[in-house]
Amino acid sequence: MTSDVHPRTDGRGTSAADPPADRPRTRASGSTNAGTVRRSDTPSQPDVSADPAARAPAQRAGHDLRAEGLSLAYEARQVIADLDLHLPRAAITAIVGANGCGKSTLLRGLARLLRPTGGGVLLDGRSISTLPARELARTIGILPQGPQAPEGITVAELVRRGRYPHRSWFQPWDRSDDAAVAEALTATGIVDLAGRRVDELSGGQRQRVWIAMALAQEPDVLLLDEPTTFLDVTHQLEILDLLLELNRERGATVVMVLHDLNLAARYADHLVVMRAGAVHATGRPDQVLTEEIIAEAFGLRARVVPDPVSGGPLVVPIGRFHTTPPDHDLPH
Amino acid sequence: MTQTLRPATAPAPARTLRARVLWLGIAAGVLALVIAASLALGARDVPLAVVLESLTTPVPGDNDHQVVLQQRLPRTLVGLLVGAALGVAGALMQGITRNPLADPGLLGVNAGASLFVVLAISILGVTAPAGYIWFAFAGGALATVVVYGVAALGRGGATPVKLALAGMAITAGATSLLTLVLLTNTTALSTYRFWAVGSLAGRGAGGTADTIAALAPFLLVGGLLAFACTRWLNLLAMGDELARGLGVNVARARGLSMLAAVLLAGSATAIAGPIAFVGLVVPHLIRPLTGPDYRWILSFALVLGPALLVAADVIGRLIAQPGELEAGLVVALLGAPVMIAIVRRAKVSGL
Repeated sequence: MTSDVHPRTDGRGTSAADPPADRPRTRASGSTNAGTVRRSDTPSQPDVSADPAARAPAQRAGHDLRAEGLSLAYEARQVIADLDLHLPRAAITAIVGANGCGKSTLLRGLARLLRPTGGGVLLDGRSISTLPARELARTIGILPQGPQAPEGITVAELVRRGRYPHRSWFQPWDRSDDAAVAEALTATGIVDLAGRRVDELSGGQRQRVWIAMALAQEPDVLLLDEPTTFLDVTHQLEILDLLLELNRERGATVVMVLHDLNLAARYADHLVVMRAGAVHATGRPDQVLTEEIIAEAFGLRARVVPDPVSGGPLVVPIGRFHTTPPDHDLPH
Repeated sequence: MTQTLRPATAPAPARTLRARVLWLGIAAGVLALVIAASLALGARDVPLAVVLESLTTPVPGDNDHQVVLQQRLPRTLVGLLVGAALGVAGALMQGITRNPLADPGLLGVNAGASLFVVLAISILGVTAPAGYIWFAFAGGALATVVVYGVAALGRGGATPVKLALAGMAITAGATSLLTLVLLTNTTALSTYRFWAVGSLAGRGAGGTADTIAALAPFLLVGGLLAFACTRWLNLLAMGDELARGLGVNVARARGLSMLAAVLLAGSATAIAGPIAFVGLVVPHLIRPLTGPDYRWILSFALVLGPALLVAADVIGRLIAQPGELEAGLVVALLGAPVMIAIVRRAKVSGL
């Protein structure tokens, strides 16, 4: 593989540290790969990102989250060794990679669900392992994979539980909690479902409820482990649109593990490609999602073509039984 | 989004506070009826007016007053305490292990208590039931500590599944040791039989009051701790990772909840012997009324646990006259069909 497209093209703490003012999907040039030329004239941009002013609160509420020399292990099995990563503040970061490459483990480490065996995670320069649990929970929220709704719980009851880090024995429930819950229900569009039982809802609605619970927690950094798993494509887009909206309108830093490379390319400002417990490449989707890197990280032969909707990279897997016609072969 | 925001108007859930308070009031009414029945009914039925009279202006020589004050009042009190302790402990255990089939026995309390009582009888020669309480309490506590310690080993700490498995393993081990001792020692067997059946009737003259007095601090601490743990149990119900993400110290939350459960279940077992089913059934009776909020589940358990156990005791007195059937047996006879009805009516899984 050529070294110029190799890992950490942007270096940590440099360009990635700033909120990406220019969305990858709006870039007309700058690609290192001729096969991924951007189209800037795409008409169907979400209006939230078209307006730069919508990004104003983003700069205000940024938190700086980085991993330094982070090692994570389950028992004796080392999953992640000496990993450095910086998560751009107030941006959407998607972590992608093959099964078992350590994506979810990394996310759990960032949320302190796993104790590092080496190195650490720094929030605004302070190690998260020294922060009190509830203080950390007021800044970083995590939605793990497959959370369980207690049987018979209503939507409002579930969302209210997200207020735990803001309450204590000496601070009973007050108006600010009611306001946070109401806002979370509104933001996720489930006000009308508030009195319904969670186990009666559809998968897409249920995922909104969980996101509402995480929002009631009022974290500035929201980590999500495969938030679109088990959802049909309509609801996948619905959830990702919701997260994009949260990022653009509230400036929430969103970090999510995603399986679908094309949705990751579409919705993320910043992409982290992992391979065998290490960061293989980071950067804007158009920089990172090249045929070479996909081949290295996933062992997948794929074409990367311009996404007709966003202009960003669109990954088209090839598989064993299909070949690219000669006239459509890789551009050079 | 701000224009659509309606602050401070989080919509009311389907189960309103009023409905829950109403149900709690009904449950309290049921308990009051059961208590009245327990004081009035038995081998010698006493009219309610006389019961009231015996409580307010007791006449020393009066036979009815004697029966109420010296026999029925103590065993009713025992039933109230033990029923409340078992009901709350059962709800705690189901919350800790996220297992709808958990009861105080699951984590080894009953097996540990039984083993220690048998050892006390056979090795130390303790025969007075009043002497059992500390052995029963210590055995139950020790078994639970061992269960927690075993479950906490390895990846992920004391997860619900590991707790349940460790509890079963310790229970099996303790039970086989118990059987071994009983097989080789027939005197111990005959003494143990009466303890193991689980009864609210006094364990020896004057013993009941002393037993309750001795264990009251544990019951009180366990009860307060249990209610203090309800916020954590509510969060643990959504999975360990989510709870930890919300800032809960999962190990501490689960450890303190277990401590509360073992204080309550251990005391109950020490007072009345091993009584099954109360801790298992009561939370299932409650959940349809309250939903999954442990603050309400525990409040209801405090009322419905005693109601169930005292009712079982009354029934045991009535159906086997002139003798009586121990509450522990009646509750198991009653509990089995109730449990089957619950299982048939709704899915009980997914706590």
